[in-house]
Amino acid sequence: MKVSLTVNERPVEADLPANTLLSDLIRGHLGLTGTHVGCDTSQCGACTVHLNGRAVKSCTILAAQAQGAAVTTIEGIGAPGNLHPMQAAFQDAHGLQCGFCTPGMIMAAIDLVQNAGPLDETKVREGLEGNLCRCTGYHNIVKAVLSAAERL
Amino acid sequence: MYEFDYHHPDSVAAAIALRAGAADGSYLAGGMTLLPTLKQRLASPSDLIDLAGVTGLTGIEVTADRVTIGAMTRHAEVAASEQIKGSIPALAFLASQIGDTQVRNRGTLGGSVANSDPSADYPAAVIGLGATLQTDHRTIAAEDYFQDLFQTALEEGELIRSIAFPIPRRAAYRKFPNPASRYAVVGVFVAQFAAGVRVGVTGAGPCAFRPAEFEAALNQRLDPAALDDVVIDHDRFNSDMHASAEYRGNLLRVMARRAVADLLAQPA
Ligand SMILES: Cc1cc2nc3c(=O)[nH]c(=O)nc-3n(C[C@H](O)[C@H](O)[C@H](O)COP(=O)(O)OP(=O)(O)OC[C@H]3O[C@@H](n4cnc5c(N)ncnc54)[C@H](O)[C@@H]3O)c2cc1C
Ligand code: FES
Ligand code: FES
Repeated sequence: MKVSLTVNERPVEADLPANTLLSDLIRGHLGLTGTHVGCDTSQCGACTVHLNGRAVKSCTILAAQAQGAAVTTIEGIGAPGNLHPMQAAFQDAHGLQCGFCTPGMIMAAIDLVQNAGPLDETKVREGLEGNLCRCTGYHNIVKAVLSAAERL
Repeated sequence: MYEFDYHHPDSVAAAIALRAGAADGSYLAGGMTLLPTLKQRLASPSDLIDLAGVTGLTGIEVTADRVTIGAMTRHAEVAASEQIKGSIPALAFLASQIGDTQVRNRGTLGGSVANSDPSADYPAAVIGLGATLQTDHRTIAAEDYFQDLFQTALEEGELIRSIAFPIPRRAAYRKFPNPASRYAVVGVFVAQFAAGVRVGVTGAGPCAFRPAEFEAALNQRLDPAALDDVVIDHDRFNSDMHASAEYRGNLLRVMARRAVADLLAQPA
């Protein structure tokens, strides 16, 4: 079936089987492999992207459901040498180790800072409940998000 | 995922017709339950009928005595709604406790209640507040709706349009979340109306229910301690890797006490 949407402000049109996930469109068809897929159970959040400005798990939405929507992936928010303040904060606060969870963490954290009102440590931990990290123990991630919240 | 045909109708009538014409059709709301099921190949519907573009299924309306919420309203919208916070704050709080941000940005009231997972949060409020479901062709009272494990009064192809929640004087919701999924191991919704106290329970049994003994005790004395000596029959409670039936029975009392305390902390 035909799907048209924008990904990182670029118009995309694709003819896909109806059972194509948004994460497959992003990674497979568009080659934007910054969005990671870490689980089969909609729990890890590594695949988080923005759909019309809100964080969603791209592995649990059909590409067809994103018809007409504006999707933003990690590639759409910053670039080497021109990092998004959230990316810079993760770097400064050592908010990553292997980096597998990081794109999803950053996309979820940006939604949090933009939509959740004033943040404190508890709110950041609750706000990132949909993102799992096997490496960092979360502590530096929380620090990074709180420091980015001040800069954003 | 197996293959299916995808449809996105714009009216309830068109959605019903597509569902009736499909060999084995399924409505798609937020997909937060259905898509994980399909990814694991636990179901293989021939057709998915997406309700996202159907007019008349979203929105929140508050009148003097009830809050009516469209079936396609996302959990995040209910959690953030100033109208609901002003009329039934416990309902907005309940929605804020479902899953995680990403799940709340997609999951819907109608999908949760249609699915009737034994650990889902909304059913506790639907039965605790005595809500009424409006479907495409009739209304269903909460008492008649939840029947057994994943079994509801919905007929084949019947579509939930909206759910109307009576506004109580005060209400509170407490759950013990599963630390991994955040579904309710046990959740208790307590509501005080002019006519008396109602209690809705999720997580403990095969579907949401009202514990008659708790309601009787709280109608005599609205106090957490009123629940101390109530005998809980946990024989038919769920028992799984997360909690035994006996433990769920204990959680039921603890969560109910905390909900009553939260309720009493609000102005009468
Ligand atoms: C990681 C994760 C954590 C979660 N944690 C929780 C939690 O803590 N508490 C909780 O309560 N839930 C939780 N959920 C489930 C979530 O709340 C879902 O939103 C909900 O169960 C289903 O809603 P949906 O809109 O996504 O429905 P879908 O998955 O799209 O549909 C579910 C079922 O309902 C049917 N249906 C949908 N809409 C209608 C309608 N209007 N009329 C008739 N039938 C309809 C569909 O055909 C399907 O059979 C979690 C989900 C995930 C992935
Ligand atoms: S890959 Fe999407 S939640 Fe794990
Ligand atoms: S940095 Fe390795 S999973 Fe988070």
